[in-house]
Amino acid sequence: MKEPVFLEPWHAQVFALTVHLSDTGVVSWPDWAATLGAVLAEHGLDRQLDGGEDYFLAWVAALERLLAARGLAGAADLDDLKSAWTEAYLHTPHGQPVRLAGG
Amino acid sequence: MPHDHHDHDHPHSLLPSDPALRVKALETLLVRKGLVDPAALDAIIDTYETRIGPQNGARVVARAWADASFRARLLGDATAVISEMGYYGRQGEHIVAVENTDSTHNIVVCTLCSCYPWPLLGIPPAWYKSDAYRARVVREPRQVLAEFGLVLPEGQTVRVWDSTAEIRYLVLPQRPAGTDDLTEEALAALVTRDSMIGTGLARAPE
Repeated sequence: MKEPVFLEPWHAQVFALTVHLSDTGVVSWPDWAATLGAVLAEHGLDRQLDGGEDYFLAWVAALERLLAARGLAGAADLDDLKSAWTEAYLHTPHGQPVRLAGG
Repeated sequence: MPHDHHDHDHPHSLLPSDPALRVKALETLLVRKGLVDPAALDAIIDTYETRIGPQNGARVVARAWADASFRARLLGDATAVISEMGYYGRQGEHIVAVENTDSTHNIVVCTLCSCYPWPLLGIPPAWYKSDAYRARVVREPRQVLAEFGLVLPEGQTVRVWDSTAEIRYLVLPQRPAGTDDLTEEALAALVTRDSMIGTGLARAPE
C-alpha cells in the first residue's frame, strides 16, 4: 500500500509553493480551495478527471489564476520565465545543474 | 516505460514537461519577489514525504480504541485532542472525528476539490481526488463502497461527510474483534488509511 506521496517532482513543488504561500498569508486557504474547486470543475466539464496528473494540472492552473488575480504573477512575466527555463535546459549539457542566465 | 532511448545522444539536459516548466516559472517569479523561500519549499516537501501520513491518524484511532476517556474527548473536540498529540498544521485546523458503529458507517469526501485532514492522513490518494469518487460517493455510497470491496449490512446507515476548506473529517473505524489484549502500537497497525476515510474497515488481527 506504500504509494509515493508525489508521483512527479513538479507535483511536490507546486504543492509546496501553495502551502508556503498560505503559511505566509499571501493567499488564504479558503480562497485557494475555492479557486482549485472552480478550475477542477472547468477541467472536468468535458471529461472525467482521474485525480492523478490531471489533478495537479488543475492545481498549477489554479495557482496561476489566483496569483494573477492578486497581481502577483502576470501571464507575460510567467511566459518569459518559462521560455528562459526552456532555453536554459536546452543549452545546459546533460548532467550539469540547470540555471537561469543572470540567475 | 516511455523512457527515452534518445537519452544517450542528447547533448543537453532533458527538457521538463510543460507543467513542470510553468511551476519553475512560478517559483522563480515568487522567489524574485521575495514571497517564497526555496528552503521552506524543501522543508514542506520533506515533511509531507516523510513525517506526515496515515500512521499519524492510526495512532489517534488506536488510542481512542484503547482509552475510553480519550475517545470521548476525541469525539467532543478532535482538533484539540489531535494537536495535543502533535498533529496540527495545514488542513488540520478544524477536524471532526465521526465514529462508526453497528448502526452507522461514515465516509468522507470533498466534492469541491480535495480537502482532507493532512496532519493525520497525509496527501490524499488519487482516487480521493478523482471526479468519479467525488461525484458518485454522495449519490450512491453503497455502490462506491462495494467497488472498494466493502459491502455493508442492510441495516447499517451510511453517512457521507463533505469536507470543506474549514472542516475536515476523520472516521473512527470500529475496533476489530479479537483485539482485546493488543497494545496500542499493535492496534495502530490494524488501522488503514482507507478505514479512516470510510472506504475500508480496520484490518482483522493476524
